Formats: sequence, C-alpha cells, structure tokens
Amino acid sequence: MLKPGRHLALGNIACAEGAIRAGCRFFAGYPITPASEISHHISGELPKVGGIFMQMEDEIASIASIIGASWAGAKSMTATSGPGYDLMMENVGYAHMTETPLVLVNVQRSGPSTGQSTDPSQQDIYQAKYGSHGDYEVIAITPWSVQEMFDLTVRAFNLAETYRTPVMLMSDGLIAHIKEKLIVPEKVEIVNRKKPTSMDCTPWGTDDPSGVPEMPAFGEGHRLLVTGSTHRPDGVRNFAPEYHQKIVYRIRDKILNAEPKIRDIHTEHIDDAKIAVLSFGASARPSIEAVEQARKQGIKAGLYRLKTIWPFPEDPVRELADQVDTIIVVEMNVGKLVKEVERVVCGKANVVSLGKVGGQLPYAHEVLDIIRRNNQ
Amino acid sequence: MKNLFYYRDKYVRSQPSAFCPGCGGGIILNCFLRAIDDLGLDQDKILAVSGIGCTAWIPSPNFNGDTLHTTHGRAIAFATGAKAFNPELTTVVFTGDGDGAGIGGNHLIHAARRNIDLKVILVNNMSYAMTGGQIAPTTMHGETTVTSPYGNPEFPFDITQLVRAAGASYVAKWSTYHVIELTNAIKEALQHKGFSFIEILSQCPTQQRRIFNLRGPLDTLPPRILDMFMESTYNRNRETKGGYLYAVPKTDVKKVLEQARGLGEAKIDDHMGYGQVVRVDNPDTETLRSKLESFNEVSYVADHMEKKIELGLFEKYDRPELTESLQEIIRRARSEQ
Repeated sequence: MLKPGRHLALGNIACAEGAIRAGCRFFAGYPITPASEISHHISGELPKVGGIFMQMEDEIASIASIIGASWAGAKSMTATSGPGYDLMMENVGYAHMTETPLVLVNVQRSGPSTGQSTDPSQQDIYQAKYGSHGDYEVIAITPWSVQEMFDLTVRAFNLAETYRTPVMLMSDGLIAHIKEKLIVPEKVEIVNRKKPTSMDCTPWGTDDPSGVPEMPAFGEGHRLLVTGSTHRPDGVRNFAPEYHQKIVYRIRDKILNAEPKIRDIHTEHIDDAKIAVLSFGASARPSIEAVEQARKQGIKAGLYRLKTIWPFPEDPVRELADQVDTIIVVEMNVGKLVKEVERVVCGKANVVSLGKVGGQLPYAHEVLDIIRRNNQ
Repeated sequence: MKNLFYYRDKYVRSQPSAFCPGCGGGIILNCFLRAIDDLGLDQDKILAVSGIGCTAWIPSPNFNGDTLHTTHGRAIAFATGAKAFNPELTTVVFTGDGDGAGIGGNHLIHAARRNIDLKVILVNNMSYAMTGGQIAPTTMHGETTVTSPYGNPEFPFDITQLVRAAGASYVAKWSTYHVIELTNAIKEALQHKGFSFIEILSQCPTQQRRIFNLRGPLDTLPPRILDMFMESTYNRNRETKGGYLYAVPKTDVKKVLEQARGLGEAKIDDHMGYGQVVRVDNPDTETLRSKLESFNEVSYVADHMEKKIELGLFEKYDRPELTESLQEIIRRARSEQ
C-alpha cells in the first residue's frame, strides 16, 4: 500500500488504495479495460491485510460473489466498465432488495456496445439509477480527479455501510487512466454497518427513523432468510401487497430522506454567478477552465459540480435556478443529466445542454463559447 | 432411530410446504437433514444457497439455518463469495438442472475447476418444471415438452461427467429412489474437502407426466416414477445380475404382455429410455430373446443394461482446495511485508 503522504498515482490505483483503507476485504472482478488496474493493484494489496481477491468467470459471478461475501461479513467491492456493468444489473437489483452493502465501480467507457472501447464517457448515469428492473433508489458518486478516486471510494464504502445499500462509483476512462497528485492521509474516517443488538433482530425491517435495519452475518446464529423475493421484516417470503409496498417504499425512502446528508456539491465562483456550469466527473475539468476564462472576461460564471449525482440534489439545484439566469449542463454523453436538471428547475432558469460523445472531453473553449452566447 | 418429527422440529421452519404433492424435493431435504444430523454438524454454521426454480425452495425457507436464495443460475457464484470470505461456513448449494446446468452452467464448471469447498446438490428433473415444463439441457432427445411438441431436437448434457471433467474432486449421482445411498453420499460430500457434486434424478409428477408420457391417476405417479428410476438405473460400484429382457412394443404394451406370458415372469414397466415396456425375467435370456423377437407386437428387444443410467460414486480424490490456497496467499503476502 502507498504510504501516507504525497504520490504521483494512477486514478484506478487511487481507487484500490481508498478501498483497502475504507475496510474492503473482499474484491471480485473480471478483466475489462479501462477498469483492470483496480484488480491488478488490489490483488497484490488485499492479501497483505488479510483480504480476499478473486478473479471470477464473468461479471455476473463477480457481483454475485461480493453479495455473498458481504452477507458473510465483508466490506466488498467489484469494478468493471460498460459491458460488464450491463451483465451485473440483475444482481444489482438483488442487492437492493436484500439491502446488501457493496461498492460497484463503473469506469465508464464509450458505448453503446463495444463502441469506442475503451475511450471515456459518462453515458451510464441513468443505468446507474435505473439499470435493474423494479423500483429502488441508488447512490451514485462521481470523482473528477485522482485524489477523489481515493477520497470518494472511501466515502462510497461509508455510504454503503451507513445505508446498507449498493453504491455506484461512476468513474470514467479518463479519471481512471490519468496520473496526478494523490495525498494519502494518515487516517481515514470509517463507518461500519449496524450489527444486531439482539438475536431477535429483524434484518429487513426497523422502527429506526433512518429506515436502515441492523445487519447480521452468516454463521452468527441468526438463521437468516436472505431472499430477493418480497419478504417480511424477518425475511420470510410473503407476496402480500402490504409487505411489497412497505419494503419498496422503505428502500427508496431510506435513501431519499438522507439526501441532504448524501449530497456532495463543489462550487467555484457561484456566489454572485448569473451563469452556472453544472457538471460532474471528468467533464467538470474543462468546465472549471471555461469558468475561469469567462471570469477573466468579466462574465459572472460559476461552477456547480455534483460529486453525488444520485439521489439528485433537487433542493440545492432549485435554489441555484432561483439565483442564476442560465444553467449549462456539461457532460460526456448526448445530454442526459440535463433532463433531470430541467425537471427540477422547471422553467425557473434557462437550461442549456452541452453533451459530447466520441470518447472525448468537451473542450474548455466549447464550454466558454456556450457561456458567452448565453451572457446577454 | 429418530422419527420424522425429530428432524422436522429441529431443522425445518414450520410453514406449509410449497411443493406439489409427490415432489422429490421433500425426499432430498429429508436426506440432507439426516446427513447433517448423523454427522453432528452445527446447523448455525451451515449456509444453504439456492437460485431460482423448484429446487431452490428445498432449503429456502425450509432449512432452519442460514439461507441465501439468489437469482437464477447464480447460486454457486454467491456461495463462492461467502465461502471464500468465511471458510468456516459449511456451504451447500441446492440447484436444479435448469438453474445449475442451463443458465448457471458456467459458474458450475468454474467452481469445479477451482475446487472450492462447496457441496453442490443438483436436482435433475429433466425439465424447467417451475415455469411449466419446458425443455432443459437435461431433457432427453425426442421427449415431448411444452416447447418441444414434436419431440426434443437436442441432446442432453451428462452433467455428472461434465462436472467430473471440469475438476470436481467428489462426484456422485443418485436418484430419489436411492435414499440410503443418497444420504450416505451427502455425508461423504460434507466430509470431503473440495468441490463436491451430487446429481440427483428427481421425480416431478406435475411435469414428467408429459415428458415420460405417463398415463393414469395423478396420485399413482410419484411411486411409478420412483420405480422407473429404479428400473432405468444401475449402480456402477456393484455388479448387475441380469436374467431379464425388455420387450419394447410397436404400439400396444398390453398386447405384448399377453404374448409374453408364459415365457417367464412378465410385467409392464416404465423405462426412461424406452417408455412403457414389458419386462420378462428368465435366466435363459438367449431363448427368451429369440422368442420375444418373433412376436409381431414387439418392435425391439432390449438387453437389461441398454439405455440404463449409471449411478454411484464417480470421483473422490484430494487436490488443493481454493479457500486453503487463498489463506496460504494471505500468509505469504504478510510474510513478505
């Protein structure tokens, strides 16, 4: 493992380092570019701290095994890219229904299908939210730097453990494959899942206002009934409408009610801004450059960067719409998050989409051009 | 001798059974519970993992221990994660033929290759029974199902040989007729260190009625299918006696029975390979054969071993087991630090 201090590190390696420090002790993966370096690094480092690395036969087995390991008591993670992410979706739904904490890293690449493997993209953000069938609410976080690949991987584990839910770390081929400064702290803050306080605990129901039940592990004598079928708080399968409604709303509300705590927004020059550039992940990098240039030209532009895209921070974005005239949404896809912004802003501000596909970041001058055109 | 109530009260969660009347699932649960009880295993340290299909319901919710009821075909992959992280868990996977050899076939062969210490009980009813009796990768050539109304154009896997070739270090195959042998096999598997695989031919009165063209009242089917398993299988570890032949009818099995009376002890039997046949017992099989072949109602005379399914112990040997190798990696990585 990297020693605390300053390093020049690859994004994917920062992710693996963050995972181990957050307490990850089980990793399963299947080779795929541009996510592979996470496996390379963690396969060497995990055994040193007593953890298990497994290379599985496919991505379906990867996520299945980390769910199994999570119920055996491990903080667990897998990492993949678009095609593997597709294959994982059924078991993502299973993890939501069984409320299994895990971290799923998607190093996004340009699709559909094999597309421009393995150039970066941000095309999978709705898949993160809606990829599996049925209703559930996901947490998805978006790092924009090597440092955040470390910091937000730690946060991903803490959120997964706090809310007993899968967390999507939506990286991309660019952040994964750049080398830049990484400061490894002496110590990171770690959160662990709520363990049962008694043998009669109900692992899928709670009176706690957080909506997050206690989580026993296999082999502790709780005789667990872990099932993806609709179940009662004690795990017994029951398809009655009231049980289904109860569990679906609780696994949704435990995330939505915690949105103010989950939200993570980074702003620059936003206090007096009239034009906000709303972006996330790698495409926020040219966005900040464009904002700085616009400021030099006397344009009141600001950066509004989401480090957590799901659950969507509705209230803060609505407040932003009250303040600014225009919100420019910059992203590496045909224009996806912009739809969520439009829904939330609801006409209170002018919403402009700058989506770019082709495996390239939007250029700063392209963003600046749109800022200037919207500056009357 | 412990009675059934002992096993039910100690190991089964009290709730109504989800199985159809006459299902093989209850027999297999019974054999499994007797095996763990005989070995004195702590039921709190047993994890039963299952996927989707009727077989998945054998442990979930019936087994009163830890259960993990997963997605279709993926039980072995889920179990791999739990077992690799906590090798103390005795991890038993219950899977069907569709679940384990169809959608989950890849996980099955890779787990066998890894020789991870999972006990996989694959219940083979030769169809996708829960979804309505469609052709499975185990349905025999020519059989009629809801998705093969003209007969199955495909050939089945021999799952036991497949898993054996993939590297499983314990492999056995039995049927729900062979409850003593099956219970002993489960005990052997539980004590074996490495990937342990038991294929069980199991009766499904609901769907096999169509597959094996079994006519007659529904409540007669379960014992008939069990008798068919007995008739159509042999134990590879024991010598077969012989002294009988099967007369396969052209059309009407009853006419063959009439013609065959007097040649020896003759009766109508269900045979997995030939459908309804007349079995005639007579030690002088040469004379018996020539006489049966001369009958106009007989299309074919089969030797007692023809189209019989091989059961028994296929493989039992030691080779490095995965969770031990993983713990060895941890020791090495730590000592190199």
